[in-house]
Amino acid sequence: MNKIVKIFSGSIIVPLTAIVMGLLVGALIMLLGGYDPLLAYQSLFSQVFGNLYDLGETFREITPLVLTGLAVAFAFRAGLFNIGGEGQFIIGMTAATFVGIKITGLPMIIHAPLALIVGGICGGLWAAIAGYFKAKRGVNEVITTIMLNWTALYLANYIVRHFLLLKGQQRSENLQDSASISIQWLSELLGNARMHWGTLIAVLAAVFFYILLWKTKQGFELRAVGLNPHAAEYAGMNVGRNIIKSMFISGMFAGLAGAVQILGVFHYQSVMSGTPGIGFDGIAVALIGMNHPFGVLLGGFLFGSLTYGSAGMSFGAGVPPELIRIVIGSIIFFIATPGIVRYVLKPLYAKRKKEKVL
Amino acid sequence: MDWVTTLGQLMNTTLVFSTALIFGALGGIFSERSGVTNIGIEGLMTFGAFAAAVSTYFAQEAGMGAASPWIGIISALIMGVLASLIHALASITFKADQVVSGIVINFLATGSTLYMVKLIFHGDGETALLKNVFNKVAIPWLSKIPIIGEGLFNNYPTTYLAIILVFVAYFVLFKTSFGLRLRAVGEHPSAADTAGVNVKRMRYIGVMISGALAALGGATVTLTTTSTFAHNTISGQGFIAIAAMIFGKWNPLGAFGAAAFFGFSQAIRSYVTLFDWSKSIPTEFIYMLPYVLTIIVLVAAVGRSAAPSALGQHYDPGKR
Repeated sequence: MNKIVKIFSGSIIVPLTAIVMGLLVGALIMLLGGYDPLLAYQSLFSQVFGNLYDLGETFREITPLVLTGLAVAFAFRAGLFNIGGEGQFIIGMTAATFVGIKITGLPMIIHAPLALIVGGICGGLWAAIAGYFKAKRGVNEVITTIMLNWTALYLANYIVRHFLLLKGQQRSENLQDSASISIQWLSELLGNARMHWGTLIAVLAAVFFYILLWKTKQGFELRAVGLNPHAAEYAGMNVGRNIIKSMFISGMFAGLAGAVQILGVFHYQSVMSGTPGIGFDGIAVALIGMNHPFGVLLGGFLFGSLTYGSAGMSFGAGVPPELIRIVIGSIIFFIATPGIVRYVLKPLYAKRKKEKVL
Repeated sequence: MDWVTTLGQLMNTTLVFSTALIFGALGGIFSERSGVTNIGIEGLMTFGAFAAAVSTYFAQEAGMGAASPWIGIISALIMGVLASLIHALASITFKADQVVSGIVINFLATGSTLYMVKLIFHGDGETALLKNVFNKVAIPWLSKIPIIGEGLFNNYPTTYLAIILVFVAYFVLFKTSFGLRLRAVGEHPSAADTAGVNVKRMRYIGVMISGALAALGGATVTLTTTSTFAHNTISGQGFIAIAAMIFGKWNPLGAFGAAAFFGFSQAIRSYVTLFDWSKSIPTEFIYMLPYVLTIIVLVAAVGRSAAPSALGQHYDPGKR
């Protein structure tokens, strides 16, 4: 526990202040729009924590955000900008749906993990395409991952429409029961909120991220390549291979996010008219979490509960739920500009120093 | 349908779809040539589309008739510049990570535009349908030429504007001292500083031009294609514009070519159903085509990108 405290002690004050300032900006904008910010935040809070069902659903909302946040953060740590979480998420969904429907006769203990793993691996491979082209041909990963997002969207629709379609509907058949990762007893406990093992997987993924990057030789290489590819190459590291590896692992997180949404929440896949957005939101989660795995857990918690709570804000205080995106945008703005936050905090610091002198 | 008409119409639709992308890509070029990454093009386009829809609506309510969309264009320009100042302030003055502050723009755009639409239109998630939008204008004499007459000279005023701006942007960037300074700041800021160029000021100007152009791109979507602004009016065009910019190697002419290519592959969707041989291809593959082709072209031909060398870096005069 001490270690965790140590990791954050230096950097937690700025993000916390940024969150408060972001909420204040939101309040100001509500005031300008003629709404009651106190009532709105109260309604938001009670939407999230008001009853067991909503609490469960909040965690359902948080889970994929943590995973896509980890995906973006991991790539950032390796010096890559994975803007393709969206596409990897879709590929993970589709692979999990395919395995969940087409493979029959397996016991649950094998089928569900298999679908999850295949989803993760396919997401990883999808990202590795961008990594491969970056490593071998120097093609900017931002542009390839953007292109792969749309490619994934249409590929997924093609697969659903031609191989998995429920007759007469714009969606796939339901998964086999053996592929589900829902937790029945927990759902019953929480008023039928859609609880699933994916939440635990997301936490484990954050731990895996931490151990891999800071406790292994491989992780050292990935970070070295991220910080200074030339120095890493000079030290004898294979930069290209490390780029492909980090894109694969990054995509795996996003693929898992898609897989748990299918296996734990929806149990079928729809034909999509646009990308689902969870991959893009992962960028925000990673930024709020300062690209640290445990920060991403907190960032995902914040993003997910604000998003889920925004519905309550709209019922309780009539505030358009889009306000919450302004709040999140402002939080990221303040986190990205520590200069402004320090300026706000200055009087506080000065006071503390005086106390020390006394 | 004879092939001359088909070809002319295909060219016409291509340009209609390309227009917003051309503006967006040009916007990206001005910011990134000055050394500021602008992933916020999508958001700036959203701001522009919103401003255009709302002010055109109020202009036509005030009885301004056919002049209303021009009011929309002007307010989109102002909105774009204002929004881009957030990006400039964070990334140039406060030295925030430029990618991060671009993402901030995207978040603020989706949030605040819909928030304001709901405020103005009493809870509706969409602006009222505009009656006064741009119509296609045939240029006399030139529009009679076969194929390119229909394709090029019978189009929206905004499309003409976009094509003219491509050449203006090229001229400004590569033939004027302002352009030289802007590029110098993006390639080697400390050298430019030594030569007496105000690095921060040039970068602010680059980002503001970027905001104006991207917003103009967003405005053309509402004022020529959708006639309204909703949450999905701008959905991904900004990112495609960024792709066109990279594809076109940060050069206005190249970006124009890339934007036209994306526009073409979007336009062709409605033409594949016309022929028997192309009907059998699943639509998903037609939709996928431009994106897959872009990757293939980048991998096969373009290779290493020619980004400005100081792109994404803060300028710190004390640093060597």
